[in-house]
Amino acid sequence: MPSLRIIPRLDVKGENVVKGIHLEGLRVIGKPGDLAQRYYADGADELIFMDIVASLYGRNNILSVVEAAAKNIFVPMTVGGGIRSLEDVKAVLRSGADKVAINTAAIARPQFLREAAEAFGSQCVVLSVEAKRRGVGQWEALTDNGRERTGREVLQWVEEAASLGIGEVLLTSVDQEGTKKGLDLDLIAAVTRRVPVPVVACGGVGGVADIENGINRGVLSGVACASIFHYGILPLSALKQGLRSLGREVRL
Amino acid sequence: MIAVVDYGRGNLFSIGNALRFLEIPYTLAENPEQILLAERVLLPGVGAFGDAMNGLTSRHFIEPLIEVARRGTPLLGICLGMQILAESSDEFGGHSGLGLIPGHVIRLPAGNAEDSERIPNIGWRKLHFRSPVSEPFDAVGDQKQSVYFLHSYGFFPAAASDIVATTSFNGAAPAAIVRRGNVVGYQFHPEKSGAYGLELFRAFMSIR
Repeated sequence: MPSLRIIPRLDVKGENVVKGIHLEGLRVIGKPGDLAQRYYADGADELIFMDIVASLYGRNNILSVVEAAAKNIFVPMTVGGGIRSLEDVKAVLRSGADKVAINTAAIARPQFLREAAEAFGSQCVVLSVEAKRRGVGQWEALTDNGRERTGREVLQWVEEAASLGIGEVLLTSVDQEGTKKGLDLDLIAAVTRRVPVPVVACGGVGGVADIENGINRGVLSGVACASIFHYGILPLSALKQGLRSLGREVRL
Repeated sequence: MIAVVDYGRGNLFSIGNALRFLEIPYTLAENPEQILLAERVLLPGVGAFGDAMNGLTSRHFIEPLIEVARRGTPLLGICLGMQILAESSDEFGGHSGLGLIPGHVIRLPAGNAEDSERIPNIGWRKLHFRSPVSEPFDAVGDQKQSVYFLHSYGFFPAAASDIVATTSFNGAAPAAIVRRGNVVGYQFHPEKSGAYGLELFRAFMSIR
């Protein structure tokens, strides 16, 4: 098995990294370049940059952020937010990113996933899912950072997307996001059984036990975290040490 | 000067960043002459095998790459660039490679169990070096460090002597580092494998 990937997620708004709860009530955390460098030095296995206003205003100012970060950071980087065309994918990859996370544009036109996979390879196409719980075993896929409803049922949606050639799923629980109260374990269990590709869970990690609970409920390839690192609740290296002491394979 | 082959199919920017960080001067080879004149050649590659071979063919890069390999110029293929060194690949109907290292590229084996390893193989894994580890990998080969893999197909060289290191995937052992004389391949991404990945770039630079 590969090591469990621990992935800091940087939600970028303009020139700042921000963080909210349930993707709302955003607070400024710091500069993306500084945080990325710190997390890289601390042992991040990958980094996710999410341009959280790009879907609203249709701009991609995140490219310069990634380009600057890529000069000194030598782990994979995923970029999401406002990626709507093959030209957008190309621009993101040219800035130094390795993968693109696509949500809104895929919901609007699922074939976009296939076109991106065929043009650039499945390995760089990540389906970003913002899942909102709607009942027992039911979730709705949201877009635009949790602002827009789609009516799409998450489990059907990930299955359809997997058939279109995606290489990975970034699975964010809108309910748990920012709460530090644990991952949505039912969501993890349901989605990891529905798709054959790697799944990275996001939303709610407040400590080592939350990740351990997630791994026990489904085959997780990685966990993306934000608050726990941004607010210094547990440094990345300490989180990994904690997982190692529980017998989990992590890269130290 | 080291030439990074630009055929529209690789993460040239990340490789360029790593080389700049290591203060290794390089040029992008955009025509056959630049490949033939290089002291060292780096062949990146991301995407599909057949598409990459088409990219090399349309730019008339196939012959120069085979020529530099034959005359002893150190050549490093990265990820898909390593798989292209093989004789052939099963990917999307089957394609011929450069044939510089005998063996074939096949899809990674799927597992049956619920907790089987998932395809694509994405993530950090340790390298299993085949002993005895020859230079320059002996200097880095005993480290218990991980490198970053991102692939769905694996290269299984015909001769064990061409395999420097393997990784493991659902019970199979696809090549992680291959070497036949001056021709070297890394299945993982050294430009995305942290400080250890950068060391493996240096290891290639020391091959004469």
